[in-house]
Amino acid sequence: MPIITGTPAVPETERTLSKQEIQRYSRHLIMPEVGMEGQLKLAKAKVLMIGAGGLGAPLGLYLAAAGVGRLGVVDFDVVDYTNLQRQITFSTNDVGRPKIQAAKERLAGVNPQIRIDTYETRLTSSNALDLFREYDIVVDGTDNFPTRYLVNDACVLLNKPNVYGSIFRFEGQTTVFHYPGGPCYRCLYPEPPPPGLVPSCAEGGVLGVLPGIVGSLQAMETIKLILGIGEPLAGRLLLFDALGMRFRELRLRRNPSCPVCGDHPTIHELIDYEEFCGIRGEEFVPVSTGIPEITPTELKARLDRGDDLFILDVREPHEFQICHLNGHLIPLGDLPKRVSELDSSREIVAHCRSGKRSADAVKFLQQAGFRKIWNLKGGILAWSDEVDPSVPEY
Amino acid sequence: MAVKLEIPTALRQFAGKQATVEFNAATVGDALKQLTGTYADLRRHLYTDDGRIRSFVNIYLNDEDIRYLQKEQTPTKDGDTISIVPSIAGGARI
Repeated sequence: MPIITGTPAVPETERTLSKQEIQRYSRHLIMPEVGMEGQLKLAKAKVLMIGAGGLGAPLGLYLAAAGVGRLGVVDFDVVDYTNLQRQITFSTNDVGRPKIQAAKERLAGVNPQIRIDTYETRLTSSNALDLFREYDIVVDGTDNFPTRYLVNDACVLLNKPNVYGSIFRFEGQTTVFHYPGGPCYRCLYPEPPPPGLVPSCAEGGVLGVLPGIVGSLQAMETIKLILGIGEPLAGRLLLFDALGMRFRELRLRRNPSCPVCGDHPTIHELIDYEEFCGIRGEEFVPVSTGIPEITPTELKARLDRGDDLFILDVREPHEFQICHLNGHLIPLGDLPKRVSELDSSREIVAHCRSGKRSADAVKFLQQAGFRKIWNLKGGILAWSDEVDPSVPEY
Repeated sequence: MAVKLEIPTALRQFAGKQATVEFNAATVGDALKQLTGTYADLRRHLYTDDGRIRSFVNIYLNDEDIRYLQKEQTPTKDGDTISIVPSIAGGARI
């Protein structure tokens, strides 16, 4: 009997596989480690995916294909061109559409016999517990620290395993947190880095295949947890280095004094994770107060007037090759030792891609005694939006 | 004792773009001091202002977290690998 999306056709206890399902899952069924029993476990399983991005792409496709009976997807983002390099659930035609809508269509196309629930929302302390409660396993594929800690704490409070994956440039980390008796994310990292100290994926970049590999590892661990076979990646942090093509494994231990999963926990409910990560509000106002700013429109007007402005580009040389504003290139990291190239008597406008690194540059130069210095608000991206659309956005 | 230090991608820009560095060091702390001595920019990424290892950076001697050994005093032997493993958060923007 086919299963109708959204409503289990038969009560769970009586769930059997239809002829069509037996054919679909035959490569699972002929393995004794899965078999009919395992496939029925998959059919009854409920997995919540946090994020439908790079990690969520292979994860969702494999879990849907494997016949996980109910898949939840949380995401509020819209597909854009920069996603297509790695988020293989989406096609070029999906650009501009909500990710969950495009993902649902794609996953339902892979397997129309499973239930897919989408939540177009930002995961917050006020909705996380209600969302998680309905699922057996949570798979974390987000890109920011507040959500990482939120997912962790909610999983510990509700006693659900958290299949964790994280990526940066050529490097990935994967583990299963809060497997019975095992460590949680806070045992590994009690506190997040202060904002600005660790570059984000948007700044640091990521090789497209990397989330494919790490997301696939997460899918594998999720399926093993459901089937109850093999050794789960709990208490072990798997590090993947794509350039060296090496996997390494580090031991993870539950910290008895962990504030959320320790012997005497002090956290009993979800907290304000933006505040915990020290970025309250800052995420949406990337340029900190007190930094003198100039908008792209203002800059254009001054350049057109013939004002003598020195454009300082603090991005990396490979970014300069993508596009530039004819500025003088000194990467932010080189600024301290190349500051002598700058003339403090001239007016300087510093810019980067989005305005964040150049704000740091302005701060640094102010401390070094520069007074006539401005940060280009929104960086070269805003310049492209407001002044010159022929400048590519990246 | 020749020990190898593994520098993670996120911090290589502060370590002369090196993936691994070797030092002669008797303890994990000694090796890290030499590392931050050679690459001064790494210091603020690994240590707080009062000289403690930052809580979002874990240090492993081979496969064991030094918090569960003798922390920075953990002795090293020839051929050991020290790994610096900072938290990374890459994934979907949500």
